[in-house]
Amino acid sequence: MRRSAAARTLVVWCPDWPVVAAGIPLDQPALVLHANRVVACSPAARAEGVSEGLRRREAQGRSPAAIVLAHDPARDARAFEPVVAALDAVAPRVEVRLPGSCALATRGPARYFGGDHALADTVTSLVAVALDGRGQVAVGVADGAFAAACAARTTGPGRAAVVVPPGESAASLAAWPTSTVTTVGGIEAPAVVDVLVRLGLTTLGAVATLPPADVLARFGPDGELVHRLARGLDARPLDARHPAPDLTVTAELDPPVERVDTAAFLAVGLADELHRRLDERGLAAIQVGIAAETEHGERHERFWRHEGALTPAAIAERVRWQLDGWLSGSSATRPTAGITRLVLTPDEVVAARGRQLGFWGGESRVDERAVRALARVQALLGTEAVTVPERRGGRGPAERLVLVPVTTVDLTAPRPTAQPDGAAEPWPGRVPPPAPAVVPPDPPAADLLAADGASVGVTGRGAVTAPPAEVAVDGAGSRKVVAWAGPWPVDERWWDPAAHRRRARVQVLDDTGTARLLVIEDGRWRLEATYD
Amino acid sequence: MGYICSILGCVVASSPQRTELHRLGDRARPLMMAAERVLPVTGPFEGLFPGGGVRRGSVVATEGPGATSLTLALVAGASQAGVWTVAVGVSALGLAAATELGVDLERLVVVDPPPVGQWPTVVAALVDAFEVLVVCPEARVRPTDARRLVARARERGAVLFHLPGGRAGAWPDAPDLRCRVVAASWSGLGRDATGSGHLRARRVTVEVAGRREAVRPRRAALWLPGADGGVAPAARPVPTVPPAAPVVETAAVMEESA
Repeated sequence: MRRSAAARTLVVWCPDWPVVAAGIPLDQPALVLHANRVVACSPAARAEGVSEGLRRREAQGRSPAAIVLAHDPARDARAFEPVVAALDAVAPRVEVRLPGSCALATRGPARYFGGDHALADTVTSLVAVALDGRGQVAVGVADGAFAAACAARTTGPGRAAVVVPPGESAASLAAWPTSTVTTVGGIEAPAVVDVLVRLGLTTLGAVATLPPADVLARFGPDGELVHRLARGLDARPLDARHPAPDLTVTAELDPPVERVDTAAFLAVGLADELHRRLDERGLAAIQVGIAAETEHGERHERFWRHEGALTPAAIAERVRWQLDGWLSGSSATRPTAGITRLVLTPDEVVAARGRQLGFWGGESRVDERAVRALARVQALLGTEAVTVPERRGGRGPAERLVLVPVTTVDLTAPRPTAQPDGAAEPWPGRVPPPAPAVVPPDPPAADLLAADGASVGVTGRGAVTAPPAEVAVDGAGSRKVVAWAGPWPVDERWWDPAAHRRRARVQVLDDTGTARLLVIEDGRWRLEATYD
Repeated sequence: MGYICSILGCVVASSPQRTELHRLGDRARPLMMAAERVLPVTGPFEGLFPGGGVRRGSVVATEGPGATSLTLALVAGASQAGVWTVAVGVSALGLAAATELGVDLERLVVVDPPPVGQWPTVVAALVDAFEVLVVCPEARVRPTDARRLVARARERGAVLFHLPGGRAGAWPDAPDLRCRVVAASWSGLGRDATGSGHLRARRVTVEVAGRREAVRPRRAALWLPGADGGVAPAARPVPTVPPAAPVVETAAVMEESA
């Protein structure tokens, strides 16, 4: 089925949904963090200068009183279920895009309720009742889900619904910045958006004026998608079609499954099977219907949409969200028996384009298997036990790079902070490279003795009191020093009495050929590193 | 392919066309075969390993002074090729040295030393997902655990690098490859009473010996680290010698470091 004009769509958008889902009143500052970055915040926190993408430390600096919440998509989805259930009374088919945002086609319901405005008002009041004053609701109606989502974001106090008249979607989108296709539309094409902005096409209106054929030739399918959205057309590519029914995968569960995690576990296998079938035909699903049936014949079906193709893991995650929401819903809608049947239907499929590797050989993303293995090790040893390097700064070998827990970073994204800075760092007094290969976390005590047996000291002028002649580490026998270099004195943080440190480092080569880096502080030597 | 080559070989007799034919044959051959079997190493090490890299599924032990630097330099080739590395129980790893030797820190994960009883479980979980593991067992590994780990590593194409420093003889079996620094000497320190200069480079002789095709030891003289912190071949090549004959360096010959 070929369609180019966008279908009339209504989008319900609940702003700051992760905060609402956590049950925090919106007038209280709150942050939702994922991988140490803010992914959502309450309006109160935003008023204090917090924005999405900020680091935890910065965000807490700007809003010290804010409640910090962990990012939990399952919680968001569970809390969103009543909203979607309320809309079931209006439309037969509600597409959930992400927890906090869903869409429905207005063609039938608008005729029933007497127009888009009446439908929007009905939906607004229904959702407001479902939310019970916990959050805000915004409704947008326009041609196409993207224009409707943008319209929903133009609502304000006292105006909960915005209806863009038919045929005016392109005009209503013209003033939006180009990056909206990523932030609102969910199109994962940051490279295309970046290039368009740098070419001076900062608004969707400017992008829309480009000839479609040229955009496709220059930017490929991603560019075409952005361009279609900018022109107010439907995002779905032209070859989107309803698949043959044999692609549906079904699992009969016997005995009936009572627990969400068991069902989600079974869903992983089911999603893999669905993916295999799609793969054989060179297809990928962008909308999947998940249906569950109970012993008593109750049926619960939702449609999940994602503009990038849904991976098996993403499908399994959505099964979990949906069942979680259903089982924890109100007593009227909650199932009365165990789940006996689980059905996954690829509702809309596109030709699978595969994932292109980075041009500069830069596929540094960790694969799912590794993430699972690390999660298992974390479960065994504790979350702090699994670490990755991150750049800091400093003079000592242990200060330039430190290990941070893997939970604070996002391994699936490129991490430029893992790379050390170049030699141009402003760290005078740093020991020149090469760096030592063994840096013990707790430097053991050491002795550095002069020829007369007295301990070597470093004077205030940064000179040794006597040339080192013998070195002993951690109580082991002393070795003769054959060569040495230094000292490199450092006087750090002299402005802060609590953190002030005066140290001096010396490189020592003993008669076994072992080179060491010793550091003296308060008259005591320690072995800071070994050049192993 | 071989069939076509042989037919064409009969028809085409002149030698330039024959070389062209060989080139064609090379191009049509299934790619990735060598890369699937071995983990790549950086240029200076290629001559040391049969097949030009570390065979996947093998256990490699590094020994001698500078074993940690040697391990990091060996891992660097795979790391630069996009392979993830995990170090288990190597809490004293010098991260700055790792990056100087060529390890991509974006693809490095460091796991704290597990309690003795959990070491096999943790390493087994990681062998399933990572292709390069750097381990330093602090207690004896049971032969059954070791065999299971090696079997998993073979199946997954992973390589286990053993660092010295843990308990001696912790691994029950002999490693597939033994990479030994047999001689090392630092340069750069001023040998006077003023403490002039600083450590600049270390000239090492690395010997690789092991089972099967690596049974004949191979040696190479390298700068580890070189003046820029990386690895470089030392100018004078050391010929392959039988293991009995010691190589006498100009500087002091080192024994095992303390």
